[in-house]
Order: sequence, then C-alpha cells, then structure tokens
Amino acid sequence: MAGGISTAIDAKSIKCNQKLIDATQESSWVRRLLIGVGLCYFFLFLLLPLGAVFVEALRKGWDAYLAALVDPDAWSAIKLTLLIAVVSVPMNLIFGVAAAWAITKFQFPGKRFLITLIDLPFSVSPVIAGLIFVLVFGAQGWFGSWFMDNDIKIIFAVPGILLATIFVTFPFVARELIPLMEAQGKEEEEAAIVLGARGWQVFRYVTLPNILWGLIYGVVLCNARAMGEFGAVSVVSGHIRGETNSMPLHVEILYNEYNFAAAFAVASLLAVLALVTLLIKTFVAWKAARIHAELKED
Amino acid sequence: MKTLNLRSLIGTALAAVAVASSGVASAQTSILNVSYDVARELYKDINPAFASSWQAKGNPPVTINQSHGGSSKQVGAVIAGLEADVVTMNQVPDIQQLVKAGLVNSDWQKRLPNDAAPYTTTTVFVVRKGNPKGIKDWPDLIKSGTQVIVPNPKVTGNGRYTYLAAWGFAIKNYKTEEKARDFVKALFANVPVLDGGGRGATTTFTQRNMGDVLVTFENEAILLDKEVGGDQFDIVYPSLSVDAPAPVTVVDKVVDKRGTRNVSTAYLEYLWTPEGQEIIAKHYLRPRNAAVMKKYAKTFPAVNTFSVEKLLGPWDKVMKEQFADGGIYDQIMVKR
Repeated sequence: MAGGISTAIDAKSIKCNQKLIDATQESSWVRRLLIGVGLCYFFLFLLLPLGAVFVEALRKGWDAYLAALVDPDAWSAIKLTLLIAVVSVPMNLIFGVAAAWAITKFQFPGKRFLITLIDLPFSVSPVIAGLIFVLVFGAQGWFGSWFMDNDIKIIFAVPGILLATIFVTFPFVARELIPLMEAQGKEEEEAAIVLGARGWQVFRYVTLPNILWGLIYGVVLCNARAMGEFGAVSVVSGHIRGETNSMPLHVEILYNEYNFAAAFAVASLLAVLALVTLLIKTFVAWKAARIHAELKED
Repeated sequence: MKTLNLRSLIGTALAAVAVASSGVASAQTSILNVSYDVARELYKDINPAFASSWQAKGNPPVTINQSHGGSSKQVGAVIAGLEADVVTMNQVPDIQQLVKAGLVNSDWQKRLPNDAAPYTTTTVFVVRKGNPKGIKDWPDLIKSGTQVIVPNPKVTGNGRYTYLAAWGFAIKNYKTEEKARDFVKALFANVPVLDGGGRGATTTFTQRNMGDVLVTFENEAILLDKEVGGDQFDIVYPSLSVDAPAPVTVVDKVVDKRGTRNVSTAYLEYLWTPEGQEIIAKHYLRPRNAAVMKKYAKTFPAVNTFSVEKLLGPWDKVMKEQFADGGIYDQIMVKR
C-alpha cells in the first residue's frame, strides 16, 4: 500500500516538475526563432559594422592603411588616446575602489547622496560634462582668469581632456563593485579583523580577491570608454590637430575631409585597441581560473 | 610573484605616460589658427608654404596648428580661452564677437587690405547630376517636394550666408520684408536637417544621399564636384547671390601674451602675396589679386552678387534682426 502512495506522490511531483520544465522550455520553433533573432541582431548591429570598418579601412590597400596610421597627426592622436587611458583608468581604479569600499563596508550620513553623485556622470550627457569644465575653467569661468594669469592651460589642452574623460568614466569601476561588494557583505572582513588583520591586510587578502573579477570588468569598461569618448572630449579639446585631437576626434576630422580610407584606418585601430582590451580581460580570467584550480589541488 | 606583477604593471604605466607626454608637449615656436569648418584644406596648404617662406627670410622655424569647426563653436572656444594667435573666419560678425569679448582690437578691419578679407566666395547650389529637379534659381528651392540641405544658420557662417542670400534675393525681387519673410520661411520648410558645420551638410548631401540640392559656398561646391563627386553633381549659379568675404585677424590679447604678434601678422599678410593668392585660387576661393584671378578665370564664372552691408545694412543690425534669439530666423523656424 505504501508503495502505491509513494508512486502517486512521485507521479504528482513528476507532473509538477514537468510543468516547471514546460515553463522554461519553449517549443523548438520558439527557441529557434529567438536564437535566430539574437544571432541576426548580433550580426547586423555588431559584426557587420565592425567588419565594414575594416573593409573600408583597407579599401585603398595596405599602403594607404599604414600611411594613415603613421601620419604625424594620427600618431599624435594615438599617443594622446593612450595617455588618456593610462591616466584616467588608474585614477578611476583607485577612486572607484575607495568609493565602493566606503559605501559598502561603512555606515555614514550622506551615503545615498554619495551613490547618487557617483551615478551623475551616467545621467549627464557627455556634452554637458564637457561644458561643465568650460564653465569652470574657461576664460570666463570661475577660475579661468586665475589660470590664465598664471599661464596654466586646462581647457583646450591635455589636462582638460583628462578631466573630462575621468568625469565621464568615473562610475564604471565604482558601479561595477558596489552591488558585488554589497552582496558579499562584510562578515569576511570582520572575521579578518577579529583574527588580527590590519586595514591594508584586510583589503589585500580578503576584499581584493573577492572583488577581482568585478574590478577587472569595471576597468575594461572604463578603458574602452576612456579611449572612445567623443562628446565630452570634443567640447574641451579645441580640436588642435597634432595636439589635442584624440583618436575619435581624429576619425571625425578625417571623415569630414573626405579622407574616408584614413578615417576608417584610424577607426579600425581604435576597434583593435578595444578588441585587445577584451583579449586581455579573457586572458586574465583564464589565468586566474588556473591559479585558482592549482590552489584547490594543493 | 603577484607583487612583482603589480610593480612591473605600474612601471609600464609610468613609462607609457612619460613617452606619451613627451610627444604631446613640443618646444618649437608655434601659432594656432582657429578657423571655420570648410577652410581646412586651404590652410593645410597655406601653413607649410608660409612656414618655409618665413624660414627662408631668416626667421626661426615655426609650426602652425589648425583647429576647425562650425564658426560659432570656434569663436565660443576662443572666447572661453582657446589660445588662437589668429582667427580666420568666414563672416565679420564672428570676429566682432571677439572684439566684444575684448580679445581683438576694434580697428582690425583696417589693419589688412580688402577689409581684412584675403579672399571671397559666394553661395551656390549643388544638384545631383543632370539636375533632375530642374533647379535654376532661388524660387525653385521653395517648391514643395524639393529637399534643401543647408548648414545651420544659427551656428555656421555658411548657413548664415545661405539664409542672407535667399533673403537678399527676395528683398530685391519681391521688394517687401513681409514677402522676404514668407520666402525664407518656405525655403527653410524644405530643409530636412540642419547640420552644425558646412562640411557636415556636404556629407549629409553626398554620403547620406539626402536632399535634392545642397546650398553651400562655391569653393565647397567645386571641391565636391571635382574631387569627390566622380561626376555625380552639377553646380548651379543662381541669378543673384551673396558676396561672402572671409575676414582674418590676429587675436591681439593672445599674440601680446605669447609674444607672437610678428609671426602671426606675417602669416596673415602671406595670404595676400601672389603665392598665397595662388594657393587660395587652387582651393576654389576667389582671390583678390587680379592677375591670379585672371589665371583662374575658368574656375570662377562671373556671378551677380550683393554685399550684405550695402543691401541690408551693417552686420550688427543684420545679426540682431535676423539671428538674435527671437529674431526673424527664430520666428520663421517656429512657424514653419
């Protein structure tokens, strides 16, 4: 008799499971349609434009392609873009981690306000971000005349471009870390402190390993945006070729000069830099996973 | 192992900063020419020619940097602190803004020949090959179903000249301001998109294939026709157009501060030399030098033009009436 009851229950639970499975498994044509739409979308909006950039870049052959990249103005744009990334990414790394750490591990008044402030660059249009700096540091701005008198150039020079880029890319690292660190809570840190770890040790051996992936992801996004930022940089750059033109601005200039092959050549280099960033991220992830696996074996 | 990685990473980063910044800051004497959008090719040729002639006269080498964009944006940048030694614009009011801001002396038009405009151009029509819509003159632009591409008159000299050319045509032909207003209103009702720079409008017309007619400067039109079009376009000269001289000046406040007045003035004067005028003519801009003009007579057909100041009054008045906030341009754009 007992067997009969259990069979009935089993049948019921199977039915129940079947329902659950039904809820997550659509019929094959729906699945195919959805995957198809996804692939089409991916192909049309990501792969095709990316391919077009390279095809257009090489339209006039390799010689023209290389000539566009070794042109002094292009070369200085490339150097400026790398400088922007090299300065703004570490800055955002340090301040992003500090902000996320402060917000998720401590209680203090004005915390919500700080989170809102961190989000500000996301909600403000990049053009406005650039204008903010013109209003503050421009000749008619609050500090403009003082900088002018002391012959310090902020706007329409490299410092202004760096400031605008840092402003625009600020949320990437912090925004990536805050939900992650909030989910992890602070028990591990508290345990470390009870065991006698000091501030830096807690961060280095407890917090950092936990947030490493989020951090790297944030840095990758931050880097991509820093190299590619157009709007804010365009406002504060002054468009001086060979001096304050970053790669995105240089692409626009070349395009406007009917120099399409060169424009796409520089654009393709920008795309390659983005792809390299992705490769680095993948490599770091793979490497870290291996180290993790080795540690487990030990 | 981990610390080593971190250290070498920081080291590499610092090295990269050093390399990059050494390239960004160079010590040579340089002057900055802040200019309007479609003058880029011209100054790309003028700059090295001037630099070598300047050096040939026994002066230290000089680099001329260029910055181009929509006129208003460029003037705004100079007022906000972009250190332009010279500005080369396409309209007097742009430089008047700099006078108002205290950057340029008010006598700037008297310091150089031809009211400080080394060349002039005019507003013409570019149509698609064979002129399928039969566009001959201004009235053809207000026909319904004709799409007109014009750069934004609010922010570009190019667009402003187009607007004023249409206005002047209407005033001359229909006599009353009321009718002129209706005419430009009908014209701008046919404009699907207003680009922020002259070149932007050109790419809208050529690359995005929008519009039946592009109204732009003659030099931009010929450039487009000869070097880009591949015989896809025709140029149409209207019965009356506007004379569009392009004024230049040194920015007094900047050159005095940077000690570059001599080289900057020489740079502008070079534009009036026969070599400078020849380069100007090669870029399809109408030179002032009679001999050079004669040599390139084939490029520049005779056109019937009017001067804005003679027909419509002083620039200050024209700007205030037409383009100030709430001016006639704003009114026709709201009501279109």
